[in-house]
Amino acid sequence: MTDRCCRCFTVRATALFVLFPALAGMVASPALTQESSPEETGLAIAREANARNDGFGNLTASMTMVLRNRQGQESRRQMRFKVLEVEGDGDKSLFVFDQPRDVQGTALLTHSHLTAQDDQWLYLPALKRVKRISSSTRSGSFMGSEFSYEDMSNPEVEKYTYRYLRNERCGELVCSVNEQVPVDRKSSYSRQLVWQDTDQLRTWMVHYYDRKDSHLKTLTFAGYRQYLDRYWRAGEMTMENHLTGKSTVLSWTDYEFGADLGASDFSQTALRRVR
Amino acid sequence: MNPALLDRYIAGLLRYRWLVVAGATLVMLVMAAGGQFITVSNDHRILFGEDNPELAAYDALENTYTASNTALIAVAPKQGTVFTRETLGAIEELTEQAWQAPYSSRVDSLTNYTHSEALGDDLIVGPLVENTASLSDSDLRRVEEIAGNAIELVGRMLADDGRVAGLAINFIPPKETHDAAVVELNEYLDGMLTEARAGHPEIDFYMTGDIVMQRAFAQATQDDLEKLTPIVFFLIVAVAFLILRSITGALSMVVMILFSVGTAMGLAGWNHTVFSPVNAGVPIIVMAITVAQSVHISTMTLTAMRRGLDKMEAIAESLRVNAFPVFLASLTTVIGFLSLNASDSPPFHTLGNYVAFGVACTFVYSMSLLPSLLAILPLRVKLAAPDEVTFFNRFGEFVVARRKPLLWLTVIPAVFLLLGISRIELNDNLPNYFGERYEFRRHSDYIIENLTGLESQEYSLNSGSEGGITDPRYLQQIDAFAEWFRSQPEVTYVRVFSDTMKRLNRNMHEDDPAYYRLPEDQALATQYLLLYELSLPFGVDLNDRIDIGKSSTRMSVVMRNITSNEQQQLARRAREWLQDNASALSTEATGLSVIVSHITERNIKSMLRGTLIAMTLISLVLVVVFKSLRFGILSLIPNFIPAGMSFGLWGYLFGRVGIAASVVTVVAFGIIVDDTIHFLTKYLKSRREGGSAADAVRYAFSTVGKALWTTTAVLSAGFLVFAASGFEVSWALGILVAMTIMFAFLADFLLLPPLLMAFDRRKL
Repeated sequence: MTDRCCRCFTVRATALFVLFPALAGMVASPALTQESSPEETGLAIAREANARNDGFGNLTASMTMVLRNRQGQESRRQMRFKVLEVEGDGDKSLFVFDQPRDVQGTALLTHSHLTAQDDQWLYLPALKRVKRISSSTRSGSFMGSEFSYEDMSNPEVEKYTYRYLRNERCGELVCSVNEQVPVDRKSSYSRQLVWQDTDQLRTWMVHYYDRKDSHLKTLTFAGYRQYLDRYWRAGEMTMENHLTGKSTVLSWTDYEFGADLGASDFSQTALRRVR
Repeated sequence: MNPALLDRYIAGLLRYRWLVVAGATLVMLVMAAGGQFITVSNDHRILFGEDNPELAAYDALENTYTASNTALIAVAPKQGTVFTRETLGAIEELTEQAWQAPYSSRVDSLTNYTHSEALGDDLIVGPLVENTASLSDSDLRRVEEIAGNAIELVGRMLADDGRVAGLAINFIPPKETHDAAVVELNEYLDGMLTEARAGHPEIDFYMTGDIVMQRAFAQATQDDLEKLTPIVFFLIVAVAFLILRSITGALSMVVMILFSVGTAMGLAGWNHTVFSPVNAGVPIIVMAITVAQSVHISTMTLTAMRRGLDKMEAIAESLRVNAFPVFLASLTTVIGFLSLNASDSPPFHTLGNYVAFGVACTFVYSMSLLPSLLAILPLRVKLAAPDEVTFFNRFGEFVVARRKPLLWLTVIPAVFLLLGISRIELNDNLPNYFGERYEFRRHSDYIIENLTGLESQEYSLNSGSEGGITDPRYLQQIDAFAEWFRSQPEVTYVRVFSDTMKRLNRNMHEDDPAYYRLPEDQALATQYLLLYELSLPFGVDLNDRIDIGKSSTRMSVVMRNITSNEQQQLARRAREWLQDNASALSTEATGLSVIVSHITERNIKSMLRGTLIAMTLISLVLVVVFKSLRFGILSLIPNFIPAGMSFGLWGYLFGRVGIAASVVTVVAFGIIVDDTIHFLTKYLKSRREGGSAADAVRYAFSTVGKALWTTTAVLSAGFLVFAASGFEVSWALGILVAMTIMFAFLADFLLLPPLLMAFDRRKL
């Protein structure tokens, strides 16, 4: 029984490398060359996806967020986004809110870390003060939407453990389905299932399971475009909450890579200067 | 029916009696096989019609914020306050487990209450209590102080005296599998509490909430279907045996009951009908009516045999005489029950339709199966003495002799009883629908007594513009509105958004109590809110209190022990307050309690039409039958007044009545009108043959007196059994209908004859 199971995983893992010729070549881990466990395969995919995203330096973009409820109401938020890659640590990112008007100029700065808890500060222009957000999790609703901060950000590989499940068709492509379990036991999710195409390792869908392991939310990605001949970015991210029937759509525009940004643009003092 | 045709039918029926029994058995078995598909619902929402405007308003509110069902758990240490490591630990454990409950969407408790405080330029947001075991005594005192001063907690999550704490779990069960989901999560909650009780013997745990009520709802349905039905069955059979004094007669009643109920409930099953406590009485009502109808045929067969007729002749005569009156009685009963379709509350449609179908089955079976059975089974009677004077002969004489005093003796008490109607107060309260035999009711009572109210009014307060909820004017208005509610005696707790803003403003000013007030600048308030929202952990966000456009907030007002009337008055006063002080916010109260507080009125209104249609139809039937407009109308008196007298008596005895009241009149009308039909048919027969009014009364008493007494006894016994139901709607319906049947009997025997003798002086 156990034997057959192992073999089937092996077969799948082997199949993965048939479909991932690039992966097999690029990841020079001896553990992966022949027979690897689903955990190792999952981790390898996550590392590879992360690696393909490495080295972009920094980028800026605009984001529109549209919230919908069961009653059919809609509400819109607008913000600008900047992110800076940090060697050896998590990215630093900055959201500057433009809409609604009352939060215009409010800015959220996040220093994410590989395993330690992230740091977050919010600049309140009406108070002209920077406030530190010391919540122990970042899984609460982001601006009343169905996204949490955690759901929107590019996760660090170290924040999850992985298990490769299977390959299956996703639209025109073939996707690997990977299960990831948050390392942080305080996370609001018990696990996530991630669909990534085997060709470019773009994420197309994520299923979020809440702490009682029921399927709470589904995130789908659309409108991928490639920048600098390398980096893929989705134009639209749609999160549906299956429990409440609410949904949120994020639309990303004006992606710009390689702007003149440095660590000083992502400091607490810089927060006061954003407009 | 053409008499010759009827005779041919009877002759054929008796000849092929075995075939008839076999055929009927086959039909019944095929129908009854459907019974396995009957299901019991636990969703109290089925009480409300789809186009119920109060329900629509509540749905809109839930769609704007978050739809949910709730379970409320009270944690009550046997001694002292809840601020001990043991009790807080128990609450923390329960909170954690509640998150694991299936379909749970949110958990609010004393321990996970989001406490916010300032620490320099940091805003610290987190659960009030964490890792209880490690708390020091001074930590406990700090928690007690914070909780005792938190307006968001006291009166809901914490009793005023600190001795009971609450834990509210919101659930969003999937619509498609609602019933199964409710069962599943109730089992989970039970297991959770069993474990908590075992682990903390020093603490009592209580549980209520609509999700728990739904189980009680299903339980009550099951109890009525499974426990009351056999009681009624044996009672009715016993009564039938006593009256008929014939084992075969009683046995044939049993068979009739099995066939009629089996066929009616079988059809319900084939149609995949879902039963609820409101209509769990279908088999009981069908049983009572079955016996009441078929007893006429059996009685008359036995009477004819006592007179010396041979069995087959006796059966034939009984059918000849009874075919038309039994048909009419069935017709009027069917009309009465079908008119329940006018009700705003769908379970009453099911009740009406299946009882009507059952009555139609009874008619068919009593015209085929019953005579065949009587013909097959051995039937022996003692011959009667030819000059025997029955009780009802003497009674007829008495009524004729004392007609004047009787008129007064009946009219005066009737008027007195009718006056009692003014004492009736319409009141519906979902928890109180359940008798104290249900744990749900006992726990609800404890929680109402010791922690918080269970009735609530929900308001969606719209600022009129996107992002407008942080407008200082809006905040002041909702704050004043909440303060107004807090000053109302009925109100125990108000949850309002302005409290959160006050708390945040204080946090932003180094927790200086002087800043516990509303921020004066909109942009500042919005930014505070943004900061707070970004700090809130998963599962305790504000999305169930604030709409996505930040244009409206939801305010919840909790009341304790409030009647429908008080509930409506409070809503009216609130509306007036809004008009006078914040006209831009004007809105209506909504919520489950509000819908329920209107349900009886709404049903009475919808049933008024149904009642009118039924009465018109039945009166038309009577006019046609009696071939007289005058008698048709006169016959309405003994049928209208009894329902009024029952309500009056109810007014004196109990006062409050709920949704059952809306259907009593029409249910009773279809049944009691049968007595009048039987009585007046005989009366008119005598009159048309030349007798005086007094002669006709004597004749009517001697021919149908006993049969009417029998049906009244059977029917009122059947309906009275509902008094043993633990569900108020069934209980009230049963008692009211039973009273009406008995009053109708009295009216037909004591009021109608004197009236006839007083007004019917013309020659026919």
